Amino acid sequence: MPEPTRAVPQQDRMKIPRQAMPTQEAEARAHNFNEVALGYEELLAMLEANRCLQCKRPKCVEGCPVGVDIPAFIERLREGDLPGSVRSLKGENNLPAICGRVCPQETQCEIVCVMGKKYEPVAIGRLERYVADWDVAHPSPPPEMPPPSGKKVAVIGSGPAGLTCAGDLARYGHTVTIFESLHAPGGVLIYGIPEFRLPKHIVHAEVSYVRSLGVEIEMNAVIGKTHTLNELLQQEGYDAVFLGTGAGLPMFMHIPGENYNGVLSANEFLTRVNLMKAYLFPEWDTPVKVGRRVAVVGAGNVAMDASRCALRLGAEEVHIVYRRSASEVPARAEEVHHAEEEGIVFDFLTNPIEIYGDDKGWVRGMRCIRMSLGEPDASGRRRPLPMPGSEFDMNVDMVVMALGTQPNPLVFTDSGGLERTRHGTVVADEQTGRTTKDSVWAGGDIVTGAATVISAMGAGKRAAADIDRFLRGETVPQPAAQTAAAAG
Amino acid sequence: MYEILHRQDLAPVSKLLVVRAPVVARKARAGQFVIVRIDEGGERVPLTVADYDREQGTVTLVFQEVGKTTMQMGTLQPGNHFASLTGPLGLPSEIKAYGTVLCVGGGVGIAPIYPIARDLRAAGNTVISIIGARNKDLLFWEDKMRTVSDELIVCTDDGSYGRKALVTIPIKELLESGRHIDHIWAIGPAIMMKFCALTTQPFGVPTVVSLNSIMVDGTGMCGACRVEVGGQTRFVCVDGPEFDAHKVDWDQLLARQRIYPEQEKQAVERWMHKCACGR
Repeated sequence: MPEPTRAVPQQDRMKIPRQAMPTQEAEARAHNFNEVALGYEELLAMLEANRCLQCKRPKCVEGCPVGVDIPAFIERLREGDLPGSVRSLKGENNLPAICGRVCPQETQCEIVCVMGKKYEPVAIGRLERYVADWDVAHPSPPPEMPPPSGKKVAVIGSGPAGLTCAGDLARYGHTVTIFESLHAPGGVLIYGIPEFRLPKHIVHAEVSYVRSLGVEIEMNAVIGKTHTLNELLQQEGYDAVFLGTGAGLPMFMHIPGENYNGVLSANEFLTRVNLMKAYLFPEWDTPVKVGRRVAVVGAGNVAMDASRCALRLGAEEVHIVYRRSASEVPARAEEVHHAEEEGIVFDFLTNPIEIYGDDKGWVRGMRCIRMSLGEPDASGRRRPLPMPGSEFDMNVDMVVMALGTQPNPLVFTDSGGLERTRHGTVVADEQTGRTTKDSVWAGGDIVTGAATVISAMGAGKRAAADIDRFLRGETVPQPAAQTAAAAG
Repeated sequence: MYEILHRQDLAPVSKLLVVRAPVVARKARAGQFVIVRIDEGGERVPLTVADYDREQGTVTLVFQEVGKTTMQMGTLQPGNHFASLTGPLGLPSEIKAYGTVLCVGGGVGIAPIYPIARDLRAAGNTVISIIGARNKDLLFWEDKMRTVSDELIVCTDDGSYGRKALVTIPIKELLESGRHIDHIWAIGPAIMMKFCALTTQPFGVPTVVSLNSIMVDGTGMCGACRVEVGGQTRFVCVDGPEFDAHKVDWDQLLARQRIYPEQEKQAVERWMHKCACGR
C-alpha cells in the first residue's frame, strides 16, 4: 500500500501540476488492442491526490451523477488507506474501475473542480481508476449477507444498470436472476467498448463480484422470445422485474446504397471485434472485414471506438464524418484526443447522402454534402443545414454507421401495460425507476436513450433501493405517472 | 446445458443433432431458428428448428457441412455440449387453414419445411410437398415428409433419385395444371428460393420464403442480416426469417451472403489442416 504523505500546505498543493496519464505511444497503439491509458503509478497517484483541496463544499460531488464522495476517497488515498478509499468510492459507485475509465469526467466532476478555475482540475477520474484497480487486484471478501428475504427479482440485461441493480438487490437479501440475451455478460461493456479502452478482465471482475453475492446469470435468454415479461411475473414467480436492456437497436440513415457489402452498423462492427474477438481471427472464428479507406459516420463514443478499431485492424485511412462541427462532438474528450493522435481524420460539417457500390455489391464510394450550422434545434445544438452545390464524392471501401441507438423492441413482446415514449424508451420515474407496469422497474439507456455507464449504474442503484422498499412492503407499488413524457 | 443427446448422419455431409435445451424447446415453433456456438472461440450461427420435443426438452437441428463451423459441428458426439444455444428466434410461420398449400424444401431446406408442413396439415390444410436436392446424397427425410404430406414429389437435379428435375419444374406444372394452390412455402439455398419466387410470381400465389442471411447476434442489435423487402430494409432475425418471396431483393441477399469468402476459405483450410495433423 502507498506510503501516506503528510498533508501538503494548501498553497503548495496548488503548485503541483496535474499529473499526466501514462499512455501507450500513438504509433504503436494504433496497431494493437492493448489498453491505451496505462494508469497512474503510486507516486503519480499520491502527487495527484495531494492536489485536492478537500473543499468544505465540494462542487465535484454535485457534478457526479451519483454523488460519489470524491474528497473522501481522495483523502483516504492520500493517507495511504486504500481499503478506506475503496469503501468511500464504492459507497455510491458499484463500478469504479469502469467509470474511472469511461466517465466523461470533463463534463461531470472535473469541470466544476475548484482547481480548474486557475489551474487544471484534479484528475478525479484517473484517481478513481487507480483506487478501483487496486481493489480489483486486492479483492476484499464478499460482504456479510443479510438473511434471505424470500423474494425473487428478475433483472433483464447484464450491462451496467442490470449488474448494479442485481448486486445491490442481492446485498439487500433478495434472490436475483439476471437474464442476458448474449452468451457473455456485460452488455455494452463487453460488446461495445473495445479492449483498448476497457480491458475485459475488469468487466469479468465486476461480474464475478456480482456472482459472489449469489446472483445467478442466465445467459442466452432473450426476454421477448425465450421468456416474456408477463411470464416472468405471472408464471415464473418473480416478485419484481428490473429492465436494463439498454439501447441496442442500431440506426441507419436510409440513404440509397446503405445495404451494399462493407456498410455496417457500429453495433455489428464492434460486436464482431469486441465480443466475438474478430481481431483474433482465425484463432477465434468470427471474421470481420476492414477496408483500406474507412468512413465512420457519427462522432459519439461509439464512432470513436469504431474508427480506432478499424485503424487497429489495418485500415490505411479512417475518417470520422460528422454533420456538425468540432465543438459539438459528443464523444468523451480523451477519446477524441486519442483518435486524433492515432491519425483518424475528422471531416466536420459533412453528411453522407448516397453510397455507391460496384457490380458485385461492394461499397466503393460515398457522396457527401457540406453542412453549415443554423439555429439551435430542440436539443439545444445548432441545426446542421446542407449547403446546396457542395456535394463531393469520397472514395471509401467501408462505411460504419455510428448514428446512435434506440431500445431494442423485442423485450416488449407480451409486456402489456409498459408505457413507452415515441422514441421507444420506457417511461420511468427518475427517482425510483418505476414504470407504468406493476412490479416493473427500468433504468439506463432503455429509459434515457443512449447515455453513459455511470448514469445507468446510478439508475440501477436507485431502482434497487425502491424495489427493496416495495418487496419489504414499505411502499405501495404506484406505477409511474403517465406524464407528458409518454405523450411525446 | 445444451448437451447433444443424439446424432445422425442423414447423408454424407448432412447431419442431425438432438440437443437438450428445455427452455427453448418449450417455446419453439415451426419457422423459427436458434443461434448456436460450439465453443468459446466459435462463431454464432443461425440454424432453423427442424423439430422440437417440449416434454423431453430438446430441439433438433439439421445442417450441411459447408464451412469450418458446420464441419466442426459434424464431429460433435452425444455427450458433447454447445457452448451456447439461443432461441427461439424470429417470427414463427403463420399457420392457419389456407386450403391447399405447397411446401417446397430444397437441400438442407427440407429440415425447416418439415415442421411447417406438419403444422399446416394439423391445421386442416391439404399439403402438397416437393423435396429436392442436387443429388441423392443430399436428400433426406423422405419418409418423414410423406407422413405430413397428402402428396409428395421427390426430385434430384441429376436424376440420381426420384424425378430428374429442379424443384421449380414440378412447382410450375402444379400451378399450370389449374390445381388451386392457396399458399406456398419454399425454403432452401437463396438461389433456389429466388427461382421458386420467380416461378410462382406469374401465378399470383402468395409465396413465403425463409431467408438465410449472415447473422451475428440474431436478436436485432446489429443489422448484419438486413435485406430489402418491398423496398424497405428489414432485419431477417426479428422481422423474418419468413418474408413475401415476391418482394425480396434476391440479388442483394445473394451479394450479402458473399461478404467473407476469403475468411471462410482460410477457416476451412485451417480446419482441414488441423484434422489432418490430428491436433
